[in-house]
Amino acid sequence: MTNAGRFGAVITIDALAAQRGVRMLFEGLSFRVEPGEVAELRGPNGSGKTTLLRIMAGLTRPYAGSVSIEMDDQDAPRHYLGHADGVKPNETALEQVCFWARFFGQPEGAAHRALERMGLKSRARVPGRGLSAGQRRRLALTRLLLDDRPVWLLDEPVSALDVEGRVCVEALIAEHASAGGIVVAAMHGPSLAGARIVDLSAIGPGGPVSPSGARTLG
Amino acid sequence: MAIMTVFANPHRFMSVSRPFAWIFTVAGVALIGVGVYMGLFLAPADARQGDAARIMFVHVPSAWLSMFAFAFMAGASLVSLVWRHALADVAAKSAAPCGAAFTALCLTTGSIWGYPIWGTWWEWDGRMTSVLILFFIYLGYIALWQAMDTPQKASRAAAVLCLVGAVNLPIIKFSVEWWNTLHQTATFFTGDNNATYGFKAPMYVVALGYLSLFGGLTLFNMRAEILLTRAEMRLQRRLALG
Amino acid sequence: MILSGAGAVFVRELKQAWSGGGGVSLPLGFFAGACSLTPLSLGPEADLLRAAGPGVLWIALALSSLLPMERLFQADLEDGTLDAYAGSGVSLEWIVAAKTAAHWVSTGLPLALIAPVLWIMLQGPVSSMFQVAIVSSIGSAAFFFFGAIGAALTAGVRRGGLLITLVALPLYCPAMIFGSAALYGAASGGDWTSPLMLTSAAALFAIACSPFASASALRAAID
Repeated sequence: MTNAGRFGAVITIDALAAQRGVRMLFEGLSFRVEPGEVAELRGPNGSGKTTLLRIMAGLTRPYAGSVSIEMDDQDAPRHYLGHADGVKPNETALEQVCFWARFFGQPEGAAHRALERMGLKSRARVPGRGLSAGQRRRLALTRLLLDDRPVWLLDEPVSALDVEGRVCVEALIAEHASAGGIVVAAMHGPSLAGARIVDLSAIGPGGPVSPSGARTLG
Repeated sequence: MAIMTVFANPHRFMSVSRPFAWIFTVAGVALIGVGVYMGLFLAPADARQGDAARIMFVHVPSAWLSMFAFAFMAGASLVSLVWRHALADVAAKSAAPCGAAFTALCLTTGSIWGYPIWGTWWEWDGRMTSVLILFFIYLGYIALWQAMDTPQKASRAAAVLCLVGAVNLPIIKFSVEWWNTLHQTATFFTGDNNATYGFKAPMYVVALGYLSLFGGLTLFNMRAEILLTRAEMRLQRRLALG
Repeated sequence: MILSGAGAVFVRELKQAWSGGGGVSLPLGFFAGACSLTPLSLGPEADLLRAAGPGVLWIALALSSLLPMERLFQADLEDGTLDAYAGSGVSLEWIVAAKTAAHWVSTGLPLALIAPVLWIMLQGPVSSMFQVAIVSSIGSAAFFFFGAIGAALTAGVRRGGLLITLVALPLYCPAMIFGSAALYGAASGGDWTSPLMLTSAAALFAIACSPFASASALRAAID
């Protein structure tokens, strides 16, 4: 099952709890993701998939518990791809990919390859405002290809994508996993091939925020 | 230490704080009354300013309190940012209107005092100007709290603003004094020539009263804030969980 | 990677400012407009303008630097770019510093460049044009970096423009005082270097504390 591959990062989630407003989204969530694994977060809207990914990406602080990513020697362990694509309306697709390539310290060639891989080569000169929702999603996904990082945290990576786009993303994920990378993706609709399901609706919905503890006033 | 543990837990806080809020408020009002009486009737009239100087018994302590309240908010904001303590947020937020009120009192009484002494309702004196800027910082802080849609975001943003303000306050004060010496040709008033015991005692009594009142009102504010949050949570819970 | 990341953000922001249309010209127009309105309210007497000019120029510069602040972080917050930055592993402090620096280079320096022209229109002596440009460029750095704190604090607030003003103006006081003192010094041929040094100190302080305060405010905004 496990495949150490090039990366060998392990994610350990321990007794994680998150709240939104007055409600616990989930409580006591623990799981491990081994190298080469694809974990698929499932659950209805509002079950905390996005929050879990954001906590794993270090953007949101959990209510309790911890997330740790163990790995050998890499200072940037993860890519986070959120709901919003982060596409600028007045920059062309190529400019944006080139920006991210420079951002990650990669040569411009990587940007062209990523654009081609995501099937956006013909749209390279189109500014962000001229791209469709699916094309913007593809453009956001090129970031994954620009820097080699073991952990991918994807929030509905295939939303707005057509069949061809979905096939492309599934191939990317499979490739990443077979190289020993980790993918954690929040999904609706059909599952990813070979994915391990983490069902948040089975854990939560948590009850009300527990009134003890200093973090809440209730 | 015992006080710290009470303040560490909102529930303990709610069960313990009510009598303290009353005691502080009542004691504060009483002390202010005593201090004002001492200032108006017992203290000697000022040699140069006559009875007009008696306003200093309400003016000077309010300036102290305006600083103290901000320092208190900065401390609470630091606790809130470092330990993410919900009560610290509430404390900083609740102290702000009281601090702003003392600052406004300081400005108003300063202006009233200025008229007989300086011959003008407003003089761009170094101290008055820095208190005015402090007042704007208070207003910005309160406005930031009100502008945010969730209390979590508001509390962190407000805490950052409060600390930035606290770090900058000495610099602002220094620059205003520098500016003032640059522009002002004559000094009309220095506060140090009244340093006799008869003048100081009422001032300290009023200051103590202000402090006590500040504590009491802040506690009341905190309680109201917590109760409001709870009511809100209960309502949402009923809606969300059925 | 930190340096490549911050460098890339810096270049991107410069391009955005100069290609976006209106990004730079708006504050410039505001600056020129505010200074041009002054004689209409004060009257055109040269002596009066000479006396009020440096102060008017300086307050107009401060307000013009606040004008474009509202969108500094808001656009990135809304379209998800800020999430991508924050999740990238490059520290948000560097990114914020790069963004603010680019913003100052693209907008603050042009403001400082047209300041001498407005100076002359306000009857300032031509001989001190150079001093005006120096003081304005350094002062605008203080204004931009302090303004960035306000921008970050209000990034999540819709129509937060006025709020930025309220939040940032107290922070502007030192640069306000020292900068205008330097301008008055330059106008009267007196000492302008020591207030300039103090203006620079305010600017350096702003540059040092702005990235930390702004980044921590932005982290709260995306949390």
